[in-house]
Amino acid sequence: MLLTFLAVTVIAIIRARHLFAVVMLTGVFSLLSAALLVQLDAVDVAFTEAAVGAGISTVLMLGTLTLTARRERVPDRIPVAPVLIVTITGAALVYGTLDMPNFGDPTAPAHHHIVPEYIEGSEKDIDVPNIVTSILASYRGFDTLGEVAVVFTAGVGVLLLLSGGGMAGSRRGGEMDESIAKTPQADSVEPPGKGGATKGKEDGA
Amino acid sequence: MKHHLVLRVVTKVLIPPILLFALYVQFHGDFGPGGGFQAGVIFAAAFILYALVFGLETARRVVPQGTLRALVAGGLLLYATVGVVSMLLGDNFLNYSVLRPDATAGQHLGILVIELGVGITVAAVMIAIFFSFAGRPPTIKDEDW
Amino acid sequence: MFQFIASHYNYWIVIFLMMAGFYIVVSRGNLVKKIVGLNIFQVSVFLLYISIGKVAGGTAPILTGKPELFSNPLPHVLILTAIVVGVATTALGLALVVRIREVYGSIEEADIQAANEAMEQEDVKAAQ
Repeated sequence: MLLTFLAVTVIAIIRARHLFAVVMLTGVFSLLSAALLVQLDAVDVAFTEAAVGAGISTVLMLGTLTLTARRERVPDRIPVAPVLIVTITGAALVYGTLDMPNFGDPTAPAHHHIVPEYIEGSEKDIDVPNIVTSILASYRGFDTLGEVAVVFTAGVGVLLLLSGGGMAGSRRGGEMDESIAKTPQADSVEPPGKGGATKGKEDGA
Repeated sequence: MKHHLVLRVVTKVLIPPILLFALYVQFHGDFGPGGGFQAGVIFAAAFILYALVFGLETARRVVPQGTLRALVAGGLLLYATVGVVSMLLGDNFLNYSVLRPDATAGQHLGILVIELGVGITVAAVMIAIFFSFAGRPPTIKDEDW
Repeated sequence: MFQFIASHYNYWIVIFLMMAGFYIVVSRGNLVKKIVGLNIFQVSVFLLYISIGKVAGGTAPILTGKPELFSNPLPHVLILTAIVVGVATTALGLALVVRIREVYGSIEEADIQAANEAMEQEDVKAAQ
């Protein structure tokens, strides 16, 4: 049922031309998928999806809209090639699912490799009731370290792109090159105190 | 949005529970649903709400740019440090069993600390991203919406 | 036959969502909309993983002391981190869009391409 709601929301997103509506529908989409995740027993994931999808990413997209444009241009011709590509890919994927195990099947191969050991170990060795936490932080700690590093890198990237420069890059040519050359200098991953000092100057300019 | 009295009051009432809930999610993640990722996002949401209602400058005064950048890196470093400490104590990287004499207690401590590192980095990154988006001069006026 | 449809319905809706996201990415020229499309694609992958992890009659993977049947916690772990990483990378994409808007004055792909071509022609003229 919820899956059908999701499908309807996506159709609305495709059809909407006003980007504000698109962003709001994306928030609805995230919230619906969070509800669906609760149904599928993934409470931790649903928690994150509700906070991230409906909260932060909506705010970020609205922030982007205030900096860019509100409307999408209506395409002047009906896109035939994309429809064709998407239909063919979709058909191939549906053909692939015919061999997949049934939904909720306890004998599916995904449930029998290593997971029973994790569940048992979580009880005996780690003694943490939330199995998701014990796998996340202990069994797959290295993996999570990598994920945190990715979040860190993305954050640094955004800071590099947006913190310095102001509107200096709005005209192309020499000025643009200058702003690109200037930005990393002001915001590279140097000690925060020094970076903050340079940043203050940039803001004043 | 400084002129909306209702928004201001409701925000002031809401922010402490949100922060408290974030901390609960952070440190109760071993027992119920929760953990560093969720807590970090909720924590950041509280700050974003504050910045939306009271203005970016006020929020910047609460978390200065330098502190924020230090926290972005600090969380990741805290995580990695736990790994290095467990390596120095003579076991594998990120094997927490050696942190305490009792293996299970070591696991508990390790999980708590690395979840804290995750939470700090995620919250700081989200706040920093929002600040840098909000800090750009907008090209659309309020009336145009 | 009906049972087969009911037990594969989740995969098909996921594929529909995935293809809808893919369609937005390839057919729309607006960069913000493209990112929304990528987001939809991403969420559909999350749902695929989680729906594979579901065990009929299982509960959320939190130990309560009683012997219970749990849903598979491993996909939950993978997707949990993927969501947060996803929003961070989305933010990076949006930041790029903002910078593109500042440099080109537009977020429509067609305009950007036209501006690039005009710039190249100028360069060719300057070289001559």
